[in-house]
Amino acid sequence: MSANLVVPTMAEMMARGEQPDVLFWVGCSGSFDDRAKRITKAFVKLLNKANVSFAVLGTEESCTGDPAKRAGNEFAFQMQAMMNIEVLNGYEIKKIVTACPHCFNTLKNEYPELGGKYEVVHHTQFLKSLLDEGKLRIEGGQFKGKRITYHDPCYLGRANQVYEAPRQLIEKLDAELVEMKRSRKNGLCCGAGGAQMFKEPEKGNKDVNVERTDDAMETQPDIIAAACPFCNTMLTDGVKFKEKEGEVKVLDVAELIANAEDL
Amino acid sequence: MHYLAQALFLLLLIVGFGFFIKNVKKLIRNIKLGRDIDRTDNPKARWKNMIRVALGQSKMVKRPIPAILHIFVYVGFIIINIEMLEIIIDGLFGTHRVFKFLGGGYDFLIGFFEILAFLVVFGVVVFWIRRNIIKLKRFNQPEMDGWPKKDANTIIYIETILMCFFLVMNAADYYLQSQGYSHYVLAGSFPVSNLISPIFNGLNLETVALIERICWWGHIIGVMFFMNYLYYSKHLHIFLAFPNTYYADLNPQGQFDNLESVTKEVQLMMDPNADPFAAPAEPQGEPEKFGAQDVMDLNWVQLLNAYSCTECGRCTSACPQNITGKALSPRKIMMSTRDRLEDVSKIMDANGGKFVDDGKTLLNDYITAEELWACNTCNACVEECPIEISPLSIIMDMRRYLVMEQSAAPVELNNMMQNIENNGAPWQYNQMDRLNWKDEN
Repeated sequence: MSANLVVPTMAEMMARGEQPDVLFWVGCSGSFDDRAKRITKAFVKLLNKANVSFAVLGTEESCTGDPAKRAGNEFAFQMQAMMNIEVLNGYEIKKIVTACPHCFNTLKNEYPELGGKYEVVHHTQFLKSLLDEGKLRIEGGQFKGKRITYHDPCYLGRANQVYEAPRQLIEKLDAELVEMKRSRKNGLCCGAGGAQMFKEPEKGNKDVNVERTDDAMETQPDIIAAACPFCNTMLTDGVKFKEKEGEVKVLDVAELIANAEDL
Repeated sequence: MHYLAQALFLLLLIVGFGFFIKNVKKLIRNIKLGRDIDRTDNPKARWKNMIRVALGQSKMVKRPIPAILHIFVYVGFIIINIEMLEIIIDGLFGTHRVFKFLGGGYDFLIGFFEILAFLVVFGVVVFWIRRNIIKLKRFNQPEMDGWPKKDANTIIYIETILMCFFLVMNAADYYLQSQGYSHYVLAGSFPVSNLISPIFNGLNLETVALIERICWWGHIIGVMFFMNYLYYSKHLHIFLAFPNTYYADLNPQGQFDNLESVTKEVQLMMDPNADPFAAPAEPQGEPEKFGAQDVMDLNWVQLLNAYSCTECGRCTSACPQNITGKALSPRKIMMSTRDRLEDVSKIMDANGGKFVDDGKTLLNDYITAEELWACNTCNACVEECPIEISPLSIIMDMRRYLVMEQSAAPVELNNMMQNIENNGAPWQYNQMDRLNWKDEN
């Protein structure tokens, strides 16, 4: 199946003298984490289906430095940022799409001051624009009647005010979008942000991802929709903790649409 | 006798305002201990933000019940202060209700003040019930033990007493007016205090006049006391909410500042033409600390934030880590910052304006690493704050100090950062394998 994926790299494109419309920034999760790789592939399938002219950096991509920055290591962050900016500027990149809200936020907000000025969009915004331009059609058949609740990633929602694009995509699936009590700007973190993904939590009486999974479970969903690879991991773990993995799936918005398309 | 009262009144004003100005100067000195940061850009957006958030209370409406009660107290406070002008003129010149020449307008104003005064009392009584009877969680968390809880109730008591003085004064005045006593001529309308005035029935008029005077003096003395209590309490927000929202960070919440001092070093490291042995362009003073160990390492807006905090605890009640029982409380971050700043201020006062090292720092002695490392940087606290304080920016600056000056990150985070430096990902994967997903099933 994945043999059908067309994933050109910037180096290949440049060798052919071509410039893609948009660079797909895959991110570390999307490149290495087994669960997140499925999101990456789902998004690529949609890009291929819509005939989007895109490329990836492949082995020339490196961490944006976001987790180092949130942990307080400004040196590691700025080293990564400067190296990435050299690569991106070298390829004269104008527009970047990424499926990771952390990469999205860092590229969009923190790179410009260091010399990296690009139009940066999240994959849910990008998919929404493909839909609006008629390049992508969403058939909701298999989701009809399903209850889907959407979890706002902090770095997409509160941090960058992107609340509607992912919701509008889900609504296209003919599913019932049910909101958690804490949503949009009041959304509760999944527990991964601020470099917590990479360490054990401090002493307390509950894990944040379980607290958030409780919010989701209250809506009695069939599917918990996420738009961030880290949120996906945390909520998947939360669902497993509740021993509900048989009944409730955690899926990225891109996966929902790719599944709907039966890609 | 009149002149003695006027002289006493003048003395009260001089002492009251004199002490207040002294504290304002101290406040400004302390805030200026912070590092410089430029927040003068985009004045138009800043004014708009201040008018919307501080004056318009746009972020309060999220919780409607306290929002309505707070509006009563807030509008009451501002509007009733118009009455202060009359009280000051009367006090200085020995007049009585000097604005009564406004006629119908005066009746309206006094009537309006009375209704507001009643609403203020209603508001603070409910506030007291929420804190002391219902015991809402956010008012009863560990950092509120002791002085903060007492402070909150003291403010409620002072406001209640002030409003009672005001209403009883009017009630006595109204009673005396109706009896045609002495200089108490008909002026004002008293929709609330006329309900109180029957308590004076049967008292002799001189006693009622004495009560009127006691309330008048009690009110102005109370106002002077309250004005000077502010510096020592969480109530400074009534003034500082305005500069605090004006100087707030206007960037997207997810955008953290890039440390300029680091940028210079990284650029030097990455510039192939840079001469590593070149002398610095300009003579440099003490090398800048990375991040914040103490309050002097924070910027002045963060210190202003600390003085502005009303300890309402909305931040803490929205914090994912606090909700799940961790040590982190964004409100405590602000309270600890202010506590430290006040301790620094006292040391300076005792040493002729110079800070002398007391062996303590904001980090460890006031805020622990455990609190700092719990943060999700999710911005829930920043979003919640009705006056746009950012506990997160302080947490981040202190994490920076821990990592870049002390190499004191939790070991898992050190591994993560090493991986990023070595192989360009937070995990130990080879950068050359980044595109492997393409061909995997």
